[in-house]
Amino acid sequence: MEYDVAVHAKGIGKKYQLGQLETGYKLLSEVISERVRSIGSRRERRGEFWALRDIDFDVQRGETFGIIGHNGAGKSTLLKLLSRITPPTTGTIRLHGRVGALLEVGTGFHGELTGRENIYLNGAVLGMRRAEIARKFDEIVEFAEVEQFIDTPVKRYSSGMYLRLAFSVAAHLEPEILIVDEVLSVGDLAFQEKCLGRMERVAGEGRTVLFVSHNLTAVQTLCPRSMLLSRGAKITEGPTAGVIEEYVSGIRAHTTIELDARTDREGTGRFRFSGISLENNSGAVDVPVTGEDLEIVLAYESSDGNAIRNAGFAIGVYSVLGTLVLQLQSDVAGTMHGSIPPRGEIRCRIPHLPLPAGHYILNLMGTTGGTAADWIQRAGELTVAEGDFFGSGRRLPDAHQTVLVEQSWSVVEAAEPAAR
Amino acid sequence: MATVAQRELVIRPPHRWASIDLRELWEYRELMYFLVKRELQIRYKQSVFGVSWAVLQPVVYAFVFSLFFGQLAAVPSDGFPYPVFALAGLVAWTFVSQAVGQGSSSLVGDANLLSKVYFPRLVIPIAKILSLLVDLVIAICVPLTLLILLYGADPSVGLLAVPGFILLALVTSVGIACGLGALNVMYRDVTVALPLLVQVWLFASPIVYPTSLIPGDWKYVYAINPMVTVIDGMRWAFLGAEAPEIGVVCCSVAGALVLLVAGVLYFRRTERFFADVV
Repeated sequence: MEYDVAVHAKGIGKKYQLGQLETGYKLLSEVISERVRSIGSRRERRGEFWALRDIDFDVQRGETFGIIGHNGAGKSTLLKLLSRITPPTTGTIRLHGRVGALLEVGTGFHGELTGRENIYLNGAVLGMRRAEIARKFDEIVEFAEVEQFIDTPVKRYSSGMYLRLAFSVAAHLEPEILIVDEVLSVGDLAFQEKCLGRMERVAGEGRTVLFVSHNLTAVQTLCPRSMLLSRGAKITEGPTAGVIEEYVSGIRAHTTIELDARTDREGTGRFRFSGISLENNSGAVDVPVTGEDLEIVLAYESSDGNAIRNAGFAIGVYSVLGTLVLQLQSDVAGTMHGSIPPRGEIRCRIPHLPLPAGHYILNLMGTTGGTAADWIQRAGELTVAEGDFFGSGRRLPDAHQTVLVEQSWSVVEAAEPAAR
Repeated sequence: MATVAQRELVIRPPHRWASIDLRELWEYRELMYFLVKRELQIRYKQSVFGVSWAVLQPVVYAFVFSLFFGQLAAVPSDGFPYPVFALAGLVAWTFVSQAVGQGSSSLVGDANLLSKVYFPRLVIPIAKILSLLVDLVIAICVPLTLLILLYGADPSVGLLAVPGFILLALVTSVGIACGLGALNVMYRDVTVALPLLVQVWLFASPIVYPTSLIPGDWKYVYAINPMVTVIDGMRWAFLGAEAPEIGVVCCSVAGALVLLVAGVLYFRRTERFFADVV
């Protein structure tokens, strides 16, 4: 083995001009008229934005390395640098071995072309040699389960078939260094499982894998070591369990900020959430108990002191690993709010709380006429204490279940088999 | 494979000016092949006319030009029947105008590839233009041959030089398409201005009139437009017209090389921004 380090990144940074991010391209006529108008006047310096700054890391040969972080933390930018789609502004990355990057499945697919033609085209786009594609062709078709339709234009495929074929080509890319984005988070659950299985196999074959995901469970399963990015900087790097702990505590530090003081909210601002609190049947509570009735109380205020028409509310309850556990939504639950007072409280009642003990993160969304008025991610935290959900005085063994359901069991004796 | 595996790839901030990495381009020849194939498959699958578009377009133009320029305006055609005269020029012109037009918008058309996968960006416009080369060959074989038989034209030894003229047309279109294609990624109204440029270029080339109308030494200046040699060359080859003068050929080759170098250098200089902008 000539090198032990497969990826060596030192001091890498990527700077964008503000504005370049929103609309990349311009019109030539616009630029010319701007230049003409600005003759004589001093040219305004536009803002700069570092999407990534001073990132150092090493990935050992054969290692599966995870990269986690919130949206906008710089994960995608880092992937684009690693896969050479866009160059860094500072620093160097040294890669030892043939690199394959999967930022998307089905890149270059064309609807008019048949499955067969697309396999070759997409394979070539991903950097496979023609002979290599030819060798793996049957395997790819079989993995995608599209044998009968291989000579049909893919525009006639169902979306499931299309996706399976696209992933199948990608899954047969076998470079020495594999860079994977959240391409795995597409498709149905069974398909995701299949993809994760394939990833595990690739990692097991001694390839170096850089894996970027929101899905902390997947990162935890696949990657012994990870790196946490936040706002373009590396926060920590090390064994995945510790990195995830840090990530989660980061989320929790966020939730302790008063809602009023939160500025990272989106929406029209027609009304805003100003507080969040919890109540059980006997009043305010900090830590509700599994099996009790729970009310989540959201205080809100309209922006102009007028009544709010056609309001809707939603609360997303997430596990700390980022899985959506419950989605509570007023319109789906059958409650329509034609007009609500300018200030007040929204109460969402969950009888017989079905969440097992643990920590949960709440996202809040308020809408008017179907448009987001206020949307706050990680708005609050919900800690649930263990309780007697089943009323039997017993509890389930600690098996990481995500919901509890009331149930009843019965036995019915089968009829005597008829005599022959 | 083993040698590739040992290689170290270093990614660092780019220099302002990058040279043309021919070795890398060669390494990606299979991608080029599949992109050319994709173009051809899509083009000939989607339209009923398929092949005939390549043939139809120069023929229709030759007909229209014969009517208005040949008959009504009585533009001279060096003694050849005007339809054959026009068609010999239009076949090469159709290729170049299509190559410049489609090549310039090819990068924006393949934005998805640019933002998701790495490969030498030059592959995209070049693949587009190579796919059009197939149309050119068809256009040369079918109508030109037919018309020559019909009007009894008299091909010359210049036929042997036809690949050379095609190469000259190719170099010219690659240069312009790369330059304008890169510009179009940055400034999206370039393709809007393009038809105007192509129209002007049409009349700056000896398509509806013969080069013999250009007075004296002005023909050398005129021949900086590489299409002068390309079109005169085609007429020499297929109709037995006078061969383009060596001085004229040199001017055209120089013009084409300048376009190629300038276009590709500008392309290489801006391509690093493509994925951020497109």
